[in-house]
Amino acid sequence: MAKVVLEFERPIYELEQKIDEIKNLSDNVDVTDEVKTLEKKVNQLRENIFSNLTRWQRVQLARHPERPYTLDYIQHMTTDFVELHGDRFYGDDKAIVGGFAKLDGQPVMIIGQQKGRDTKSNLYRNFGMPNPEGYRKALRFMKLAAKFNKPVITLLDTPGAYPGIEAEERGQAEAIARNLFEMSHLPVPIIVVIIGEGASGGALGIGVGDRMLMLENTWYSVIAPESCSSILWKSWDFKEQAAEALRLTATDLLEQKIVDRIIPEPLGGAHRNLQQAAMILKDTLLDELKALSKMKPDKLIEKRIEKFCKMGAWNE
Amino acid sequence: MTWFRRSKENIDSGNQKKEMPEGMWTKCSSCGEILHKGAVEQNLWVCPKCGFHFRIGSKEYFSILFDEGTFKEHDAKMTSKDPLNFVDTKKYKDRIKETIKKTGLHDAIRYGTGKMNKRETVIACMDFAFIGGSMGSVVGEKIVRAIDKSMKLKAPLIIISASGGARMMEAAYSLMQLAKTSAKLAQLSQKKIPYISLMTDPTTGGTTASYAMLGDINVAEPGALIGFAGPRVIKQTIGKDLPEGFQRAEFLLEKGFVDVVVPRKDLKTTISNLLSMMN
Ligand SMILES: [Zn+2]
Repeated sequence: MAKVVLEFERPIYELEQKIDEIKNLSDNVDVTDEVKTLEKKVNQLRENIFSNLTRWQRVQLARHPERPYTLDYIQHMTTDFVELHGDRFYGDDKAIVGGFAKLDGQPVMIIGQQKGRDTKSNLYRNFGMPNPEGYRKALRFMKLAAKFNKPVITLLDTPGAYPGIEAEERGQAEAIARNLFEMSHLPVPIIVVIIGEGASGGALGIGVGDRMLMLENTWYSVIAPESCSSILWKSWDFKEQAAEALRLTATDLLEQKIVDRIIPEPLGGAHRNLQQAAMILKDTLLDELKALSKMKPDKLIEKRIEKFCKMGAWNE
Repeated sequence: MTWFRRSKENIDSGNQKKEMPEGMWTKCSSCGEILHKGAVEQNLWVCPKCGFHFRIGSKEYFSILFDEGTFKEHDAKMTSKDPLNFVDTKKYKDRIKETIKKTGLHDAIRYGTGKMNKRETVIACMDFAFIGGSMGSVVGEKIVRAIDKSMKLKAPLIIISASGGARMMEAAYSLMQLAKTSAKLAQLSQKKIPYISLMTDPTTGGTTASYAMLGDINVAEPGALIGFAGPRVIKQTIGKDLPEGFQRAEFLLEKGFVDVVVPRKDLKTTISNLLSMMN
């Protein structure tokens, strides 16, 4: 069992601990049957809990400290990855990583926001919150991919673009806007996958593509539930209600026709079985790439712009 | 993610402070001078004493920029559908209804065609008075249609921004308007039709992170607050006071993100002049 246990996972965790205890005591008694019964029970419990998650619980899973991040997926589903660095103007933003890699032997450009796992690596990664040079670095990689006619895969996982003085000085808004503009007509296929937190413009800044995919336990919206609560309810205590109101889960976004496909995760979340999660993602990406590779660049761009232009709901 | 705090601040306080109150007389919120409203209006809602630019809406900007009697509005009645049935302490539906009643506007943007110094021009202008100029589906769709109109008429496009950011009550839909408008602008750009972005006080959040920053030429009014994250959020994050003039139009000019800061009285001449050299 994972070391970090979310509140709603606790019953599962406790049962698992009990199974472990029984196993440890089993030196002189045969407990096979008892363990079997309990394991069946724990599986049922897990299935039960995970098929009835609230939106806020999904948000918690998306932020789970053991959840796989961009580099974990790259490591487990690609080969020959060479990480590239820098925007060639200012520096190398550690909150966005990327480079060429092979997906089942096929060269791709893979880019994503990168969080850290402990205090030290989180400081190094700026908690996955990019500065303008991060978005410009990503754009440079995308143009590189386009030059050599390779598809682009972006993995979204950020609590937001960094709100700092220097970020504003170097044009955070311009950097994001420029990426949206350029990505909309990049002449190679782009597949966007939300792998964790899709927080607003900071996530979208590398998120314009032909296909939009969402892992099962992720969220994507214009604002985090806590901030939404603090503004609309004028208190931090309504995050659960805010999460419900924002309708920010994969199922919600599929319904809203913003996302094209939900990628299933291993039972209990991607962090329960990284290998399996990465394989499912890899197979899905290969499947999507196959369909997109048949399209001519002009058609691809036309369809991409059309896709985004359809988004929204209004009365004439 | 964070720009709404700014927008709330604007709705709560900035709004009353910077817009013209009722009555004959008004006080300049910058220099404190008591001014006759007629005189301020004559001066295009700029303080005659200190040059402070009062916040104004689409009606005023259309009257400043278009030649008299040439403006024709399109899709005037488009309203938000409340696709998520959003409820916080209030129903979004009711919020819209009340705001329509209070402002006489249908959403946070209007657009139309007309002549600007005899040149056929498409102008879209945001209204900060409508839920803090927040960008939802209607704003995105009207911008797309304004761009379509521009391409059809081969007429230049001007978008005037005044916005606290994306509209929270439309959640992911409102976020997608950033991508939608930017993608459509790419189409306009490929046709080599000029696009001028005019940023007024305030232009923040998702609006800045999409069409407002994507002008062939980025113009700003003096003193306008322009940024991605709101000043309060930044202050909270870094735990320090912000430098004087931070995120103002002149600051962005200095940092290289605004081409030119133009006082309101010169907007029509300067933009017309630019367009005459671009088209
Ligand atoms: Zn004054």
